[in-house]
Order: sequence, then structure tokens, then C-alpha cells
Amino acid sequence: MADPMKIRATTLGDSTEVKVLMSHEMETGQRKDAQGQTIPAWFIQNVIVTWNGRTVLSAQWGTAVSKNPFLSFKFKGGAKGDRIAISWMDNRGDKRTDETVIA
Amino acid sequence: MDEMRRRLIQSGGGMTLLGLLLAAGWIKPEEALAQAQTWNKAAFDTHSLTDTMKALGGGDPAQSKDIVFFQTPEIAENGAVVPIGVTSNIPKTESIAILIEKNPNLLAAVFDIPTGTETSISTRVKMAQSSNVYALVKADGKYYVAAKDIKVTLGGCGG
Repeated sequence: MADPMKIRATTLGDSTEVKVLMSHEMETGQRKDAQGQTIPAWFIQNVIVTWNGRTVLSAQWGTAVSKNPFLSFKFKGGAKGDRIAISWMDNRGDKRTDETVIA
Repeated sequence: MDEMRRRLIQSGGGMTLLGLLLAAGWIKPEEALAQAQTWNKAAFDTHSLTDTMKALGGGDPAQSKDIVFFQTPEIAENGAVVPIGVTSNIPKTESIAILIEKNPNLLAAVFDIPTGTETSISTRVKMAQSSNVYALVKADGKYYVAAKDIKVTLGGCGG
């Protein structure tokens, strides 16, 4: 199981800023190990962010997103104490969901 | 009876069942993820600019000055971690895709932006070498593009 995400959600006026740091290798499938074997691609493919159960962002990623991916965006609305949940799924079918409340 | 049924179907047609369930808070995001697990393999597997844009549906995008890169360096010291921020000031922006011309696979990420979310995202990508980076925006069914040249002093895909 992957390490938890670091999520920060803060309201600024009438919008909420969400910043996420995920923990994932994001292996490209281009690199070779010491024996010259290609290291298979291993990366997050889908990301979905919900605010109180409503989708505020969804993304599809390829191998070019950096290791331990960072993502930041804003949405309108959101109040202190509202729930933000972020889920990802990688190409091996591993999943992780983490939640935070808006500060 | 039939009339009623038809109307019900029509009124519900604008929103998918999944959307309704999500809105009602009946299903958890991870369940939504499992159901929405669409990954545009065709687009992510492309190796040329025209093919990638075609696979995304935007065969011939218009150049736009309303797409702005922010927090994006001119020169990236480390190709493994290049910050990219894209803001689209085009009304009705639906999605933003990031393409890196000289990467083995051009498409890095596609962000679908629902109404209510600001059309501005920021992330970090890997770049194999100095390259043009394209932001492809879908707005109101049309496609727009902007490019930024980023120099990389140390590649991000070496082995």
C-alpha cells in the first residue's frame, strides 16, 4: 500500500485551493536497471478529487508526470470543515484514497 | 404511463447515473474512480504532435493567447521535476491537456474541469530534453493551443 497523500485545502475568499502531494514512483518504462532490463512502467493513471462527494477535478495521467506527483487547483465554493477526498489508481490497479477537511 | 416514463428518462438524461449517485453522496470517490476508470490509451500511446492532438479529438487547434503558463520555468535545471502551470482564460473551458513534444510519449496529463472549478491547474512533469510544451484546451467543444519552449539542462528520463 502506498504512503498517504499530503493534502492541504484552504478557503481564500469565495474559492478553495487544493494542493496535493502523492507518494508514487511514477516509473516511466523507459529506464533500465543495472542488468539492462527495462523497468516496467508503473504510474498513476486516474485521479479524482471530490468536495463533499461532488467531483471538482478528474485527471488522466501518463508516465511523464513526476515522481511523487504534485497537483494544485482551485474551485469555487467550499467552507471550513467541508470534506475533500482524493483518489488515485495506477496502471497495476493499486488504489489509494485520502481525505481532509478544508481549513 | 408511457408519456411519464419518457419524460423521466429525458429529464435524467442530462446527468449520468454515476453523476447523480455522486451528487447524492451515495457512493464514495474510490467507487466512482473504479467506475470512471477511463484512461485514453490511444492518446497516451501516441508519438507525434498531430497524432496526439488527433487522439484527443483536437485535430487542428487554434493558437490562443488566452492560455497562459504560470510558475513554469524558461530553463529547468532538473528534467525530472519541471513545474508546469496552465491557466485557460477561454470561456467554457472543459479540459486542459499538457503535451511535451520531445518526450517518448507526448501526452503527460489531461485534466477534466467541471463547472465551478477554476480553469487553472499546476503540476510537475518529466522532460527528456529541451522541448516545446503545449497546453491543449478544450472549450465549448473547440480546441485551442499554446506553446512554451523549456530548456532542460539535465534530462529526466535517463537510465
